[in-house]
Amino acid sequence: MQELEYPFDSEYLYQNKKKIRKQLLAELDGKNCLHKKIAILGGSTTRDIKLMLELFLLHYGICPEFYESEFNQYYQDAMFPNPKLEEFAPDVIFIHTTFRNLTDFPALGDSLETVEQLLQKEYQKYEKMWNRLADVYHCVIIQNNFEYPYYRMMGNKDASDEHGKVNFVTRLNLMFYEYAQKTAGFYIHDINYLSAQYGLEQWADPFYWHSYKYALCVPAIPDFAFSVAKIIKSLYGKNKKAFVLDLDNTLWGGVVGDDGADNLVLGHETSAGQVYCAFQEYLKEYKDFGVLLNIDSKNDYENAIAGLHHPAGVLQPEDFINIKANWEPKDRNLLQIARELNLMPESMVFVDDNPAEREIVRKQVPQAAVPEMPIEPAYYARTIDRSGFFEVTSLSEDDRKRTDMYRENARRASEEAAFENYGDYLKALHMKAEIKPFAPVYMARIAQLTNKSNQFNLTTRRYSQPEIEKLAADRDYITLYGKLEDKFGDNGVISVVIGHKLEEVLHIDLWIMSCRVLKRDMEYAMMDTLAEEAQKAGIREIRGYYYPTAKNGMVKEFYSLQGFDKIEEDSQGNTQWRLILTDGYEAKNHVIAVNG
Amino acid sequence: MTREEVYESLNEVFQNVFDDDTIQVHDETTANDIEDWDSFEHINLVIAVEKKFQVKFTVGEANEMKNVGEMVDIILERMPQ
Repeated sequence: MQELEYPFDSEYLYQNKKKIRKQLLAELDGKNCLHKKIAILGGSTTRDIKLMLELFLLHYGICPEFYESEFNQYYQDAMFPNPKLEEFAPDVIFIHTTFRNLTDFPALGDSLETVEQLLQKEYQKYEKMWNRLADVYHCVIIQNNFEYPYYRMMGNKDASDEHGKVNFVTRLNLMFYEYAQKTAGFYIHDINYLSAQYGLEQWADPFYWHSYKYALCVPAIPDFAFSVAKIIKSLYGKNKKAFVLDLDNTLWGGVVGDDGADNLVLGHETSAGQVYCAFQEYLKEYKDFGVLLNIDSKNDYENAIAGLHHPAGVLQPEDFINIKANWEPKDRNLLQIARELNLMPESMVFVDDNPAEREIVRKQVPQAAVPEMPIEPAYYARTIDRSGFFEVTSLSEDDRKRTDMYRENARRASEEAAFENYGDYLKALHMKAEIKPFAPVYMARIAQLTNKSNQFNLTTRRYSQPEIEKLAADRDYITLYGKLEDKFGDNGVISVVIGHKLEEVLHIDLWIMSCRVLKRDMEYAMMDTLAEEAQKAGIREIRGYYYPTAKNGMVKEFYSLQGFDKIEEDSQGNTQWRLILTDGYEAKNHVIAVNG
Repeated sequence: MTREEVYESLNEVFQNVFDDDTIQVHDETTANDIEDWDSFEHINLVIAVEKKFQVKFTVGEANEMKNVGEMVDIILERMPQ
């Protein structure tokens, strides 16, 4: 729903939340919705935060169920046995504490040791709470940091003096960040930044605290809820993955086909030219986070390339995975780019200054994100940034290398064209795989894959990193990750399998593979290793399950191709498959060297 | 704006906030007379009224008005001419 995309009308959302909720539920009716249980443990009123959070999550395709602590009961709820919360079994716990929950501040005459003790005491209260929640609930924890105080007794010195509240909050926040850096499944919700962005004076309007015990002004609640929703949707694989960018008047000023590459508005000689350079710099940074850049432009290809070679340009042709510069409709180019990258159309963000082109793409590809770009190009980056399409919750080695990997794939494709026999091509790739039980260094990537894979995913079960770690240590589970490299480069961890043993049967809970390595026989190598591990564990039979979704049609016959027999199918198309191991198992992979 | 005109606009605000086109308020109306008017909807109402008439209520006023009549008194006193 476009009303819930940045820049949204907060007042409209707030006043119409009930109506919008009804519309969202009607739109989602019958569609795949990810059900998640979210516990809000509040240190102040949370009621409208919950209602608004629900809207943004529904918009992301996540159906939330909420537990809401009684007013200011976050600490009691977290620290003491809580049958209601235990039964609720949250997927996410969001701790909504703010500056209003801080009580013991340094007094002017306090020694530095006393200040340090106060800081430690406050911090320890939170750390104990997080540790206990992690132990009891094994779920994701999202914790607000602290916004700045609303008044400063010392004025500017409040920031640098150890007795200042600004200084105290700053140090406490740093301690929170250290915990976040070393703790998987723990995320900071940065209200310190958010309140600055909103304007601390309005954010902290005491009217709402004294009237309703809201720790932030009610008009800021939509921004606040949007910000929390971004973390949650990112955790559950709803981030976008690629940009599809227009060229003329988007990456530079002017029309390259008419004006010529030399006359484009781009470069540091003019103010207008600087604006486009800055936007290109902003986009280029995304490459480091694994976001793929592509071009979708109405231009002759040569002109587009000439524009991208502009000496003042920051983005060069090799920064892009796929450049479509032609006279095809833009929506068709976008779908073609998605297909060629093995991505879903909903993973794409279409950026174009032209409202007519945006409208066509919105109509034809409603799943894609099409931000409403401002008239002023200097604000392009802000629109993209605030939209939170690529909110980072985990960052793996893979993300940093993704553009290289896709470029290697393009080279593989041209190599493939040189072989008449596909098997010969596969052999010529000299593929090497590492297929082993989950190892600590890969836990973040494994959790990320379970949340991002939609197409090559048999059961579409999602796991948080703490859950993954728990399974890895459980002797009743067989877990495998698969890492594949070839002569063109390393694909990293691209496949994950989780199975649980029940007597002499292994049930496959999860089987996923990145579409980046389709048709490389990696799924056979994985099955060979799984069968081997299963046999070692005394398993006589493997059961596979396929649960259809809107996106995983490509693996409907996966188990059939793996030599399983179908033993059950229900009216929804859910199927169950069986492979008997006692008759022996014949290896199916002959092209990948495994664990060599 | 006369008291009657304020009521005309105020009825619209109430109808929107409580999603009920039949609501008509008068001087003696209180939260007891409107089913959904609880402390949370009161926030919505206050924000919507403030916006509509470009006035600000104090913390004391927003939480201690006895009836709609008191609200209208404040609106008439404070709204821009």
